[in-house]
Amino acid sequence: MRHSRIWRKTVNNVMLGLTGVCAVATVSVLFFILGYLVYNGGRYLSWAFLTRLPVPVGETGGGMANAIVGSGKILLIAAALGLPVGFLGGVYLAEFGGRTFPFLVRYTADLLNGVPSIVMGIFAYAVVVKPMRSFSALAGGFALGVMLVPIVLRSTEEFLRAVPTSLREGALALGAKKWRSIATVVIPAAYKGIATGILLSLARVAGETAPLIFTSFGNPYWSRGFNEPTSSLPVMIYTYALSAYDDWHRQAWAAGLVLLAFVLVANVGAKLILSRGMSSARG
Amino acid sequence: MASIMNPTSMPEASVPDRTEEGKLPESEVEPMADSQPKMKVSELDFYYGARQALFGISLAIPEKKITALIGPSGCGKSTFLRTLNRMYETVRHARADGDIQLDGQSVLGMDVARLRRRVGMVFQKSNPFPKTIYENVAYGLRVNGWKGRLNDVVELSLKRAALWEEVKDSLHKSAYALSGGQQQRLCIARALAVDPEVLLLDEPCSALDPIATAKIEELLFALKDLCTIVIVTHNMQQAARVADYTGFFLLGKLIEFNETPIIFKRPAKKETEDYITGRFG
Repeated sequence: MRHSRIWRKTVNNVMLGLTGVCAVATVSVLFFILGYLVYNGGRYLSWAFLTRLPVPVGETGGGMANAIVGSGKILLIAAALGLPVGFLGGVYLAEFGGRTFPFLVRYTADLLNGVPSIVMGIFAYAVVVKPMRSFSALAGGFALGVMLVPIVLRSTEEFLRAVPTSLREGALALGAKKWRSIATVVIPAAYKGIATGILLSLARVAGETAPLIFTSFGNPYWSRGFNEPTSSLPVMIYTYALSAYDDWHRQAWAAGLVLLAFVLVANVGAKLILSRGMSSARG
Repeated sequence: MASIMNPTSMPEASVPDRTEEGKLPESEVEPMADSQPKMKVSELDFYYGARQALFGISLAIPEKKITALIGPSGCGKSTFLRTLNRMYETVRHARADGDIQLDGQSVLGMDVARLRRRVGMVFQKSNPFPKTIYENVAYGLRVNGWKGRLNDVVELSLKRAALWEEVKDSLHKSAYALSGGQQQRLCIARALAVDPEVLLLDEPCSALDPIATAKIEELLFALKDLCTIVIVTHNMQQAARVADYTGFFLLGKLIEFNETPIIFKRPAKKETEDYITGRFG
């Protein structure tokens, strides 16, 4: 009797401990990365880093302003290409369509979501870089834009599906046409969730390196317009971290910190939008 | 205010006899001598895919009266209500066969947005939009391209729904801040704003407490002068209290339709009597 009770207590404690350790391990990985980046990158992060161009090997100082702006440009193109397609496709899946076609689209989107990002890069290389005969911000933006589509499509669909049917019926019962009820009632009811999905998808592709290596390539100077090779933070980190120079390594750490900061801000922002959305919807 | 029929004023002859085969005699289909039918339904069959939900419903809904539809769950009363403004069309593979007329015009052939502007609907669970109180009421006017003073109509509609006094200082606050009963009255105000000729209510009080229910019932009496009202209800007392006419549905068939006092005091069919006296099943 007594023996088995001790045994059960022990098993209970061991299991509790095991799950707790795994939970802590998950959290500590993030904090380790964060701490390591802040420790290594924080020391070299300076105003010059954010505002100056890279300097040639041998000189110290300089920054990655072109890569920060370049990443912004590439993301802008990706958003302009990928968000409308993903968003409208999601609206279609949630609100229109029969059975077979939406099933096919959903399935394809999930497959597309699983395609390795380097393959997206090859694809963008074939359809944009080759015909244009040049690496460009446009090609990089195209590669990331294609990656955005399935993520945004699925998240938009999910959040629209969560809008109660009674709201759609309420609008239709007042004589609203279907598109009008979707545009003025259903999408506004879900817009916070949709915005969150969009923000998270942007944060996710912002860190992609592989699709940019042979699409936007890199550029030690400012790139004008969208047709020139453009440097971006992830590719810059990749190049600098693999180099033989200590100064470049430090710069790579700093770039990593900037990138992580952007991703974290986007994530926290998304969580904020969503939590505010919930509180206002529930009164 | 309440124009409850006085049973003694009704001639004995208008009480129909039970008939064989469940066929309604002609006098029962159109029992209203004092009121024109606003909507007329003839031989309506309704299907969800292969499953038939309504069987040969014929019914005339009198103008500017309250008509209640009662019956056990799944008897088709809500389905029937949803044919009157073609709300069933949101359900895939749903199909109505037969004839429904609104002032002599075919409902099934009419432009659906126009129909729903004329035949408004209030749902079982209040469904205010995630907008302000004002925007909720103005919504129907906006989507119908109404050009005029929105403020006046919003105020009038809220007054008609007996909600104005409670919300006049918070028109631009979220509709979700209102209580359940207030939200349902807001939905009524929203439906009234487009000035419907017929108002359909699908168990509007099922989620409300007795006080909120009493307010809605009071409201229905007041609205009777404005429009024709059809209300589906689980609650037989409610039907007896508010309705001028009552129809009893069972298993997709309209068993009996008559003036409310007759249905509740001297029903012609045994099924009706069993249901009303609680001996059902």
